[in-house]
Amino acid sequence: MRNYENVIYAYIIMLLLIICVGLFQSWSIALTILNYCLISAVMTIGANIQWGYAGLINFGIMGYTALGGLAVVLVSVDPVKKAWQVGGLNILGSIWIIVAIVFITRFILKRFEKSLIRNYSIAFLIIAGVILIRVTATPGIEAIESVDPAVSGFLGGMGLPVLMSWIIGAFLAGALAFIVGKIALGLRADYLAIATLLIAEIIVSIIKHEEWLARGVKNVIGLKRPAPYEVELQKTHWFRDFIEKIYSNKLELINTIAQKKIILNQLIIDASSIFVKLCFTSLFLSVVIILLIVTQKALYSPWGRKMRAIRDNEEAASAMGKNIVKEHLFIFILGSAIVGLAGAMMVTNDGLFTPGSYRPMRYTFVIWVMVIVGGTGNNFGAILGGFVVWFLWVEAAPISLFLIDLFTAHLPETNMIRSHLVESAPYFRFLLIGIGLLLIMRYRPQGIIPEKIIKQ
Amino acid sequence: MDFLNAIIVLFNFTVIPALAYGSQLALGAIFVTLIYAVLRFANFATGDMMSFGTMFAVILTYYFQSLGFGLGVLPTALLTIPFAILMMILYMLIIDKFVFSYYRIKKSPPVQFAMVSVGVMFVTQALIRIIIGPSDRRFLDGEKFIIKATEFKEMTGLAEGITLKSTQAITIIVTLIVVSIMFWFLNRTKTGTSMRAYSDNEDLALLSGIDPKRVVLITWVIAGILATIGGVLYGLDKSYRPFVYFNNMLPIFAAAIVGGIGNPYGAFFGGYVIAFAEILLTYSYKKFVAYLLPSSLEPNSLIQLLSTDYKFVVSFSILVIVLLIRPSGIFKGKTI
Repeated sequence: MRNYENVIYAYIIMLLLIICVGLFQSWSIALTILNYCLISAVMTIGANIQWGYAGLINFGIMGYTALGGLAVVLVSVDPVKKAWQVGGLNILGSIWIIVAIVFITRFILKRFEKSLIRNYSIAFLIIAGVILIRVTATPGIEAIESVDPAVSGFLGGMGLPVLMSWIIGAFLAGALAFIVGKIALGLRADYLAIATLLIAEIIVSIIKHEEWLARGVKNVIGLKRPAPYEVELQKTHWFRDFIEKIYSNKLELINTIAQKKIILNQLIIDASSIFVKLCFTSLFLSVVIILLIVTQKALYSPWGRKMRAIRDNEEAASAMGKNIVKEHLFIFILGSAIVGLAGAMMVTNDGLFTPGSYRPMRYTFVIWVMVIVGGTGNNFGAILGGFVVWFLWVEAAPISLFLIDLFTAHLPETNMIRSHLVESAPYFRFLLIGIGLLLIMRYRPQGIIPEKIIKQ
Repeated sequence: MDFLNAIIVLFNFTVIPALAYGSQLALGAIFVTLIYAVLRFANFATGDMMSFGTMFAVILTYYFQSLGFGLGVLPTALLTIPFAILMMILYMLIIDKFVFSYYRIKKSPPVQFAMVSVGVMFVTQALIRIIIGPSDRRFLDGEKFIIKATEFKEMTGLAEGITLKSTQAITIIVTLIVVSIMFWFLNRTKTGTSMRAYSDNEDLALLSGIDPKRVVLITWVIAGILATIGGVLYGLDKSYRPFVYFNNMLPIFAAAIVGGIGNPYGAFFGGYVIAFAEILLTYSYKKFVAYLLPSSLEPNSLIQLLSTDYKFVVSFSILVIVLLIRPSGIFKGKTI
């Protein structure tokens, strides 16, 4: 147990911080932060599998997150029948053309010797394919986008329960990782970082601009939830009775019945939002715990030892007969699938899909900071990193406002420097995260909770 | 006549913008490649460092304007570039001293350097936003156009005109001057040769008495010059917005790798490759084709290979293709 003392202390401190937010700001904010912390934790588990277990640097986390989010739309939204009628055939046709191009290219690559003619013919095939796709798809896309452009204008999804989309999001992200891995995994580490960063950018820009798919930058709102809606919850009897029972002491102090009713209503509204968030929290928490158990088991299994061996010395592992290319690809897919799952969880939590909000700063680099700060190669560390960094990311603005007030207290309200600093308080989070990362990299490169290798 | 018109349409809407944009990318790409060749890491703070230099140029431009200084027809920003470069170099040297030098002495792996540069990116971005704010700023003054479309039409009697913005001309000329001086410096002077030697083989260079500190210093100085000039030219041509500069890092990386990372000539060339590919593949050829074909065959659609939303996608796809077919880039750079 002594080994875990630090871990337990670190988590207790983190929980106390969140409880502090609950006490001083509000419980609703605290739960929102906790939910996002849990989602970040799933992302960091994914990134940690790639970076900590196998030493693969994946700066494409944003792309997989976005793809997971897209899965929520594609799975849970009800299909727009009219859009399918007017343009479904064209879209399906284009998909078949893409599949055909891929297979013909594969065929050419396998069948013919490497030569200049082969390269040119593949290039010609792809260009011709792009033109063909545009010719087939354009009328369909226009027709689809003109179906109720204000509310739909896209194909919609499959109308399945939203929890299904978490699995499908993971599968989609895994499939993308397979393609990316095939292309990029042979590259040296920093090239891999750049390549994955750019590929993620391509994915997001496709999601952003293909409006027939998921409305692009017009966003999809009102997604299904795995938890009850606040408004409905406020009407259910058992919930009302439950809240009345909890607050019965407080309510007894109030004399008039009318006032009692008003206060009770207010309490129910507050409690319903907290209840919904608690539902999400329990869902997310169970995902995190399941993932933690699985990854922890995997880390100390023969497979985990193999991955560490490959990470620490590729040549030696290769000499021992391990297939490095295959293992790298597998772990790349696994990690990306977990990130995709996190992306789906996040969109479910928000209830809306906003492709415009996917930016590398927030979805790639911050996640990386979490992994590095928490502790690479250690799942407890990575999750803690997710908690700490997300907490700082959210609370940086209030903290910096407080500090600015403290240091500029002697200046008058109208002072230029003071008002400028107060205005730019939200940007202090970048400074905080950046300096935090630099300090950790320098003085504790293994992270807050370093990797522990248990000798068996 | 129609043929001439078609050529002019193409020239006006693709060649001139692509040359200007390519020059801006080329400066950035040489900056990336130089850091990669000498200091041996992929600098993820590239875009933000360019933005940082530009920020000083913007602030100084406003200051000079308030004082009434100016260059007449030329933008005031040109006057502020030297001061901005000084500030930029100072910032880079401070960063190097407190952040990068530690890892250089420890001979850390490139991945660690890359992560550290991410930290620098966060800090730089925060400083920029705190100092100047995230909003869009235009700081171009002086004459806006060198040739206006209407004047050109009157002069030549053609149906189509050529517009040459002064920023585009300045961009291309300044880039050519800066890049030629830099190549001259790298190839002809003793310091430049020592830099190349250090980049080629560090141990051998140290044995022959090259001072590594000096090489690093000179690299940051050149990097500061390139970053600031590239950033200011981009800002003059479009506008100054911190977020856009961060995004520009991506095509710049693409240009550096396509040209062959570690090779300044490659980076220079790669900038133009990326710019031309982006613009040619997303340009709508309707007008061009209309002039060439008889009027009965006039096209209805835009004849556009990809919509302009996919500008970045084009450059990234080129990068992916290059990585697949020829990972060392068009000009042989360092092997990957």
